Amino acid sequence: MALDWQIFCQDTIDRTAVQGCFGSGGPKGTQTYLDWLLQAWGQTVLVSALSLVVALVIGAIIGTIRTLPDSPWLARLGNWWVELFRNIPLLVQIFLWYHVVPVLFPAFAGMPKLALVVAGLGLFTSARIAEQVRAGIQALPRGQRYAGMALGFTTPQYYRYVLLPMAFRIIIPPLTSEAMNIFKNSSVAFAVSITELTFYAQQVGEETAHGIEVYMAVTALYIVSAFAINRIMAFIEKRARVPGFVAQTGGGH
Amino acid sequence: MKKKFWLAVALTATAIGAHAQANDTMAKVKSAGKVVMGTRESSAPLAYTLGNNQYTGYHVELCQRILKSVFPGTPVEYVAVTSANRIPLVQNGTVDIECGSTTNNEARQKDVAFALTTFVTEVRTAVKTDSAIKSVADLNGKTVATTTGTTSVALLRKNKRAQGIQFKEVYGKDHADSFLLLESGRADAFVMDDNILAGLIASSANPKNFHIVGETLNVEPIAIMIRKDDPKFKKAVDDYIRGAMKDGEIKILYDKWFMKPIPPKNVAVNLPMGKILTELMKNPNDKPAEAFNNQQ
Repeated sequence: MALDWQIFCQDTIDRTAVQGCFGSGGPKGTQTYLDWLLQAWGQTVLVSALSLVVALVIGAIIGTIRTLPDSPWLARLGNWWVELFRNIPLLVQIFLWYHVVPVLFPAFAGMPKLALVVAGLGLFTSARIAEQVRAGIQALPRGQRYAGMALGFTTPQYYRYVLLPMAFRIIIPPLTSEAMNIFKNSSVAFAVSITELTFYAQQVGEETAHGIEVYMAVTALYIVSAFAINRIMAFIEKRARVPGFVAQTGGGH
Repeated sequence: MKKKFWLAVALTATAIGAHAQANDTMAKVKSAGKVVMGTRESSAPLAYTLGNNQYTGYHVELCQRILKSVFPGTPVEYVAVTSANRIPLVQNGTVDIECGSTTNNEARQKDVAFALTTFVTEVRTAVKTDSAIKSVADLNGKTVATTTGTTSVALLRKNKRAQGIQFKEVYGKDHADSFLLLESGRADAFVMDDNILAGLIASSANPKNFHIVGETLNVEPIAIMIRKDDPKFKKAVDDYIRGAMKDGEIKILYDKWFMKPIPPKNVAVNLPMGKILTELMKNPNDKPAEAFNNQQ
């Protein structure tokens, strides 16, 4: 069984080979399976990137309010949030957003499906990021908080200038995993008709009867995307490092 | 580079291995002591589930009769397949005979074989009864649903380009999901094989709310799918079908599943046998869809 990579150069309608592998585009022009693959990759990147933004912003806020010393109700709200979103399977959450939420809340009915998927994936991941942010803040010695208070900082100030800068540096490694996870989890979006890579694999694998080549190409793109995130985070980690700032392992007391 | 090479070697080896051991279905069934039927969960009335791992439908019953005659006394195991995985599962030997709603076309004939055509479907459009859509041209600017991994997806693209109309596609992961898109108003129309549409409408909460409209987009011969290069098994299946067409057994089965009330709701699909299938009953063949659509 030989692998036939030429299928990516074929037109998606009449299955003839297209010169140069890229179609002419436009409503009446040609479109190759390679064009479509790149489009699908774009959808995957779009869903993941938007979800990551949602997850980081909400995760940071929820994680922070869970550690507030004098606001038990805010902390409880944060705890509920985390338990709600991490105790329901991701696929079920996506279906809830797509099929149930628009019926219960008509305001959501007009929203594009992309926004609903981003909400589902983003909030699911925000619960996980919130947990990491809380862990990062609580990993700091209690003295840090007291030092900030002693300098006369208000609560928002000592969070902003003392606790959060250090907490975020500590949690960069698990955040990297989470950012890579979001890329891989974005594959559930195919279940609600986002034409991303997993959808492409299913549809084109069926149409061309070359499932092995299609899945290999899609797998390679997932690896490239997730690894790109990994390198970006490694770069951020390196640039944000402050020598001697975050607790060094093996330092003697 | 080296890694890619070894990955390719490993994949090729598995593919060849699966191919070699599973090419004689008769021998495979004898040694396994069971025969595995692949079937669909929501392709009523051709093949669908009643829950509890119970499958039924026109093709399921036909296959049950074929298997009873070809492998008397051998237990039948049922495996639910999807549009996307049915061909790999037949190829790798998980499923011995697929009785669902698979179109026989040239691309698929490179990977699998088909028994004599036992059903012919026309791809048409289902809409809500109160919808203004009457033909394909009316789809301009609308949202059209279809199911991932089916030939209708490519068909929609073809029509879009040929007629220069613009519409948004949404894809359900199976037929029930696509119908839900139509029912909930996320899609204005659902383009699919007419029998599947009729089956979904018949089993919906309010069958009167939907109807099938518009011209035929494509004619597709639907057949039972078996492994490629297995002449012994193909002959056994074809011989049974040929006999059943001659003595009217298929006609009786057709009436039972398409004209009379069927479970679970005891509503009839009401899809009389078309001209093409009536003709095929007299002269059975296993030609691919391309042969049917070029004639027209």
